[in-house]
Amino acid sequence: MTIDQLVTFVFAILGGALRVGAPFLFVSLGECITEKAGRINLGLEGVLVLSAMAAFAGSYLTGSAWLGVVAAMLAGMLLATLHGLLCTLPRVNDIATGIALMLLGTGLAFYLGKPYIQPQAPQLPPVELAAFAGSSVVRSALQVNPLLPIGLALAVALGWAFGRTRAGLLVRMAGDSALATRALGYSVGGIRIAATAVGGAVAGLGGASLTLFYPGSWNEGISSGQGLIAVALVIFARWSPLRCVGAALLFGGAGAIGPALQSIGVSWGYHLFNIVPYVLTLAILVLSCRPGQLAAGSPGELSSR
Amino acid sequence: MRSFFLTLAALAASLLLFGLFVAFAGASPVDAWVILFKGAFGDWFSWQNTLQRAAPLMLTALCLSIPARAGLVVIGGEGALVLGGLAAAALAQAVPFLGGFAGSVAVCLAGAILGAAWIALAGWLRQWRGVNETISSLLLAYVAIGMFKHVVEGPLRDPASLNKPSTHAIADSLRIGGIGGSDVHWGLALGVLACCAAAFWLRWTPSGFSVRVVGGNLRAAQLVGLPASRLVLVACAAGGACAGLAGAVEVAAVHASANASLIAGYGYAGILVAFMARHQPLAIIPVAILFGGFGAAGSLLQRRLGLPDASVLVLQGIAFVLILASEALRDVDWQRVAQKVFGIVPPEAAPMRPGVAA
Repeated sequence: MTIDQLVTFVFAILGGALRVGAPFLFVSLGECITEKAGRINLGLEGVLVLSAMAAFAGSYLTGSAWLGVVAAMLAGMLLATLHGLLCTLPRVNDIATGIALMLLGTGLAFYLGKPYIQPQAPQLPPVELAAFAGSSVVRSALQVNPLLPIGLALAVALGWAFGRTRAGLLVRMAGDSALATRALGYSVGGIRIAATAVGGAVAGLGGASLTLFYPGSWNEGISSGQGLIAVALVIFARWSPLRCVGAALLFGGAGAIGPALQSIGVSWGYHLFNIVPYVLTLAILVLSCRPGQLAAGSPGELSSR
Repeated sequence: MRSFFLTLAALAASLLLFGLFVAFAGASPVDAWVILFKGAFGDWFSWQNTLQRAAPLMLTALCLSIPARAGLVVIGGEGALVLGGLAAAALAQAVPFLGGFAGSVAVCLAGAILGAAWIALAGWLRQWRGVNETISSLLLAYVAIGMFKHVVEGPLRDPASLNKPSTHAIADSLRIGGIGGSDVHWGLALGVLACCAAAFWLRWTPSGFSVRVVGGNLRAAQLVGLPASRLVLVACAAGGACAGLAGAVEVAAVHASANASLIAGYGYAGILVAFMARHQPLAIIPVAILFGGFGAAGSLLQRRLGLPDASVLVLQGIAFVLILASEALRDVDWQRVAQKVFGIVPPEAAPMRPGVAA
């Protein structure tokens, strides 16, 4: 491997981490909000696909990428609200509902998104982190999704809100003890529905970064399980929004290995490198879970185990 | 009995909602319903298509339902199916002298064994490390699909398959034929057989009963000394074997080689079938035929009404959501509701709503 190839490879991974990591960041933040309130939303996979379609359609129809982002947040919020409402019904389990919404969200997205597979939609303008750099490789690698700074700010804000604001503490209380919440006169169902809806809107930003930035087009294979990986990412990040940032970038980098190798001419094992994020997730789950014992930082009401 | 009517009501409601949805797209809901049933059960041709799709659905639904009776939600049937198909094709390629009935059995067994190992892995991760099996099985499905693509496009690729990478076609003597010369292959018989066997095992044998005890109350199972971990693994392996068998049958009866057509979402549709059958193996048979039928009608909906082929996915999604939501109605006292709605009526004379008898 020559120096040039090495530089290309390293920046392809770095740029890939920033590009591929953005959807991971938003979905994991969304899942983090939902789980803090004591529910698991496996349906975020469906939310991601539906909001990706909504973002592309919104951007294509209005001609403004930012209106597409708004459409994505709305679509994500609607589907997540459905999850929140369904889970408040008696005898309805959040895991099964999540699977159902995963199917419904993808089905709706494929159905409504049929006309948008071919056309081009206005894309979000990239933020140039390395406009000064001489090498075009470095420049193009560090063209960053404009939603990514928003995501970073959101992670910091959430970390602060969960610790210091009334709303954040309420969400955490609903997640840790439904009885305590009820004793203080708050509605557990209401708080959880609100948290799930907000989580869906945040995850919708992830969908928008898929179709409006990278890969930047709408097709039926747009998401390959990022919404599910997010559930594992939140466990890895031990339910902390700030640690979600690191986890998302790590997974983005892992997902970028295959394309990065391809960019320097190694095409062997493309599909094998693409499964690295899933294997990594499994490895992390194996390392971070203990049988019969809650993970550190886990909200007390989570029904996953 | 109450479950049956709740399921039926949920199904009717989802068809109604689907009609509304179709009406928004500018098509007539009545036309959509008629085509849905014509395309599924209208004539012998559509019946053949329906039954051909029902066979893998039965097997992938068992992949969820058998572990569900042991208390696990395993939704990675797609991975076991894909690997089962790959194992079948690989065995046929590695042992060229295989042939005849024994050969077909060997090919199916290879698929079942790899599928069993794959789902048992998810069960083992849960028992050993406490990893949530729903998430791990789904991640394993993505891993399986990646491995499948790598092998099919790499080491096992038939150089003659240019546009669509495939393995070498399996020998004709290994192919699974149609029942009585029709397009309905013997995989359907295998699916029905597997459902009956699972029902028998869970209902009438001590080990099947132990699995249900573990799923019903883990603490009680441990108190009476049942080997819970081993039973969970057995249930996962049995479910995975069914999904792997589905893959092997798809290869041996439909596609003739392992290629991307195998990744057709049967694993995911099987999740819905299993939930709708409420994890009762015998109930899986009719539900799989129903949803196989809706799948078969999808292309007709596209051709006649100009609806996207994903409309069947929407119907499946709506049905799934309503099936789960209908659980909330289980504890409703319908006599009380009827009294409230229709004024004061003595309980005996209350309008007999279905489900009251249960």
